[in-house]
Amino acid sequence: MNIDSIQNGIVIDHIAAGNGMKLYELLELDKLDCSVALLRNVVSQKLGKKDIIKIDREFDVNLDLVGFVSPEATVVVIKNGEIVEKKKLDLPEVLINVIRCKNPRCISMTEQEIVHEFRLSDRENRVYRCVYCETKAN
Amino acid sequence: MRSIIDILDLSTDEIAELVQTAQDIIAKPADYAEVCHGKKLATLFFEPSTRTRLSFEAAMYELGGHVIGFSEAQSSSAAKGESVADTVKTVSCYADIIAMRHPKEGAPLVASRAASVPVINAGDGGHNHPTQTMADLLTIYREKGGFENLTIGVCGDLKFGRTVHSLINAMSRYKGLKMYLISPEELKVPSYVKKDVLKKKGIPYVQTTDLEGAMPELDVLYMTRVQRERFFNEEDYLRLKDSYILTPDKMKNAKKDMIVMHPLPRVNEISVAIDDDPRACYFKQVLNGKYMRMALIMKLLKEAGTI
Ligand SMILES: [Zn+2]
Repeated sequence: MNIDSIQNGIVIDHIAAGNGMKLYELLELDKLDCSVALLRNVVSQKLGKKDIIKIDREFDVNLDLVGFVSPEATVVVIKNGEIVEKKKLDLPEVLINVIRCKNPRCISMTEQEIVHEFRLSDRENRVYRCVYCETKAN
Repeated sequence: MRSIIDILDLSTDEIAELVQTAQDIIAKPADYAEVCHGKKLATLFFEPSTRTRLSFEAAMYELGGHVIGFSEAQSSSAAKGESVADTVKTVSCYADIIAMRHPKEGAPLVASRAASVPVINAGDGGHNHPTQTMADLLTIYREKGGFENLTIGVCGDLKFGRTVHSLINAMSRYKGLKMYLISPEELKVPSYVKKDVLKKKGIPYVQTTDLEGAMPELDVLYMTRVQRERFFNEEDYLRLKDSYILTPDKMKNAKKDMIVMHPLPRVNEISVAIDDDPRACYFKQVLNGKYMRMALIMKLLKEAGTI
């Protein structure tokens, strides 16, 4: 695909440089069969350097996940070659089934079909804690 | 449905209310002997803790209620692989209130979200144990006449000791608190407790390895034991377990009205010779724990409209 001209799809712009790959993995973009571009260290006036992800099809992005990885990012929805929506992100207060707790003593490790839930406990330092055991997400 | 998972689930007003109820129970136990007549408490203990279970059971009996339950995972459906959520949904059909002990952190929260009756956390691994803290609070209140303007020394394992973290959290809400954090280097209070609680609330604290130096300043000395199960190797445990042993000699430097507390069981960190010192309050704590559990069971059953 021509990475500059998506007809129908999603552009996740202004991702903090270095976080593009993490987001790519968490969004499981490797599982898509359409063209997906990950641009790293693109020079940007706003951020110095930024990462960009382009997905060449309609895609239901988990905005909480994007906000968790990089709240400064913007999600742009493109239809018929036109920008139809620009979504600003913020650090979500709660993350539901976005990440998992790594504390081996946490009930979320063993309980069947549990909701994996994290709450923002420190906005300034972007600290999320598991609601079950209060372990920090990293 | 209201459940108590963390001591901070209770506001300071609610703590005051529970303390008043407990004081009233102590003064007039007969008035409360039938309050929970015909009601059932389920004690779901997925790991054994005889003293906590007996305290809950005694509390319910003294309110005129009944107790059902199990005391270890082997004798429960958890041994067959049943989830916590399914277990409490089942138990909700039989019991009016649940007290749950579980080795996994957060299990009582999972239970409270699935249950249709109130759940009280009776200890979840190394995480929370709110009714222990309630026992500590009633003891401080009864012995010191209130919660404000106290200097509290916590001593021993401050790294893994959940009762200490919980006590710091609970006491941080009262005016005039000063803390002495007394421990060996390896068992210091985790930095997040200092940062998120003490520094955030501007509570003055001293971190030290010197128990005797801190002693004359203290209104309350809260001793804890160094737990073998928290260590990866026996050598470290043996080296650290005898770091602080409270003896009559060390008590000489203490204020005449300082109180000595301990969540029990003790191993050797308080000499038996201290037991006869009028400042020793750890067995009073046990009794106070039962009264606070009675007050809490009543409060939650009233809020649920059961009594
Ligand atoms: Zn967890």
